Amino acid sequence: MDRVMNFLASPAMKIVLLAAGILFPLVASSEYQIYVMALAFVWAIAVYGLNIITGYCGQLNLAHGGFFAIGAYAVGLLTVDYGWPFWPAFIAAGVIGAVLGFLVGIVSLRLKEHYFAIFTLCVGFIIYLLIEKWEELTHGTLGVISIAPPEGFGLVDFTETIPFYYLVLFFLVLAIWLISRISRSLVGRTFLAIRISDDLAQSLGINLMRNKVLAFVLSTTYAGLAGALLAGVVRFIGPDLAEITHTFDVITYLLVGGIGTLMGPLVGTLLITWITQAVQSFEEYRMIVFGPLLVVLVIFMPRGIVGTFLTWRGRRLASKAPAKQSASRVENKNSEEAGTHG
Amino acid sequence: MADHPLLKISNLTKRFGGLAAVNDVSVTFEAGKINAIIGPNGAGKTTFFNLVAGAMPPSDGSIEFQGMDVTGMSPDRIARLGIARTFQTTMLFEQSTVLDNLIVGHRLRTQSRLWDVIINSKRLRDEEKKCRARAAEVLDFVGLSHLANRFILDISQEERKRVAFALAMATDPELVLLDEPAGGINPEETENLASLIRKMVQHGISVCLIEHKMDMIMSLADKIMVLDHGEKIAEGTPEQIKNDPVVIEAYLGSDEDVEA
Repeated sequence: MDRVMNFLASPAMKIVLLAAGILFPLVASSEYQIYVMALAFVWAIAVYGLNIITGYCGQLNLAHGGFFAIGAYAVGLLTVDYGWPFWPAFIAAGVIGAVLGFLVGIVSLRLKEHYFAIFTLCVGFIIYLLIEKWEELTHGTLGVISIAPPEGFGLVDFTETIPFYYLVLFFLVLAIWLISRISRSLVGRTFLAIRISDDLAQSLGINLMRNKVLAFVLSTTYAGLAGALLAGVVRFIGPDLAEITHTFDVITYLLVGGIGTLMGPLVGTLLITWITQAVQSFEEYRMIVFGPLLVVLVIFMPRGIVGTFLTWRGRRLASKAPAKQSASRVENKNSEEAGTHG
Repeated sequence: MADHPLLKISNLTKRFGGLAAVNDVSVTFEAGKINAIIGPNGAGKTTFFNLVAGAMPPSDGSIEFQGMDVTGMSPDRIARLGIARTFQTTMLFEQSTVLDNLIVGHRLRTQSRLWDVIINSKRLRDEEKKCRARAAEVLDFVGLSHLANRFILDISQEERKRVAFALAMATDPELVLLDEPAGGINPEETENLASLIRKMVQHGISVCLIEHKMDMIMSLADKIMVLDHGEKIAEGTPEQIKNDPVVIEAYLGSDEDVEA
């Protein structure tokens, strides 16, 4: 049992996961499954974005789906109406996500806790209204069709499912890699201190506004780029993309997987995506399955699957480690450092 | 710097609407001493701390720290100048280890930005090493090295208080404000915490604390200021305070909450 647990938390697990991601198209029974997986990866990137501001930094952002839609529309409109190729439009989507995130962030992050959540809920709804009503720019309820696919530069054709799957996998790995760097670094620890409490963070000399805005911009950039990828794979988008339900989907993925954990967003997104697929035949009744499952999970595993696992394992390791041994280790380190300082 | 007192408070006032939570308080705290603030519940002690730490701007008056006017400065700037604090309720990240909780404490003495993280710069690596070393150092100082890898969930209330002290110490402060450090812990542990506070002063850190436990205060403090209804009603050595009729009237004599 312990061996399994240790393996799950070991670096080797990352290689196994990556290998599974690479091999998945070979074992998938249909192209449809690969397509579903690619879409799940796109959403997972968005969930990673939300995890930065909500998971690590503790600010519940309910406009996340709106920023996702903005990224998708940036690619859709730039390629269809302005004739841009996909890749410049993709980069523009990230930049637009970052700039709008900055502007919304410096206003909304003046508010704390639920006031911030309510404010961003409104921002999300305004984004939805703008997309739906501003017909000259966004085509309104008609949506945007025939969005340019990512150019393969004569090497690959990203309109095919499998190449696109690998493209999305590449971005997902990149997204997770960057988050793992940030979360382990002093910057990530700074976000965590803010999550514990604004007052505590400030008393530790942390500039609240600067760090919250940084986390917010990071998260909206992720959302924008994820939206841009969605536009590239689905190639048809409508204003429903900005509906609040998508934000709540993303929050659900995050809660199930484990808020504030590195692998939680991936676990949650994949799990719910595939459960949804499995109960597809129930149609609208599938919420009868989901509802109770979610309630049970939130009650018994408030930190999600990955969070619960990590806490359980961490406590177990700490209680098993002989206290004396760990003490002497730290003391040794101390005396070494004292030596170098002196 | 030697000419300036550590903390010079002049006519400090904080009004919430019509209520003056802190009213025209002037006091000077010297470096290297243990200064205590006592007073009945609602006397304005925590508000006083909040003002000194910059958590709220005063309505009137000024605060000088080592000769520098810090009135109205943001709390993070004040922290960087060298005033650290703990809170009445200990705030720590429960699902993480003791050591992990402490590493961020030295963040304010580092410069690394997001860009350093992306390229994994040498500056970042050096600073992370520095923060980790400082965390281990302060953990050793508060005598909890053996709990470095324990989760906060699994340690006692007194140990949490010590971790909170260590976190404040990790910021390299000149002055530490302790808000009811002995709240909710038993007498024996209280005595241990008192020794720790003495140890902090011996290591050149000045302390200012709010406390309700009279025994602890009387044996620990060099100087006591008494607040009542937001006003300073007395200040002096524990001996002077004990015998001050105004204090006895306002606090010791009339307040049932005092723990003997």
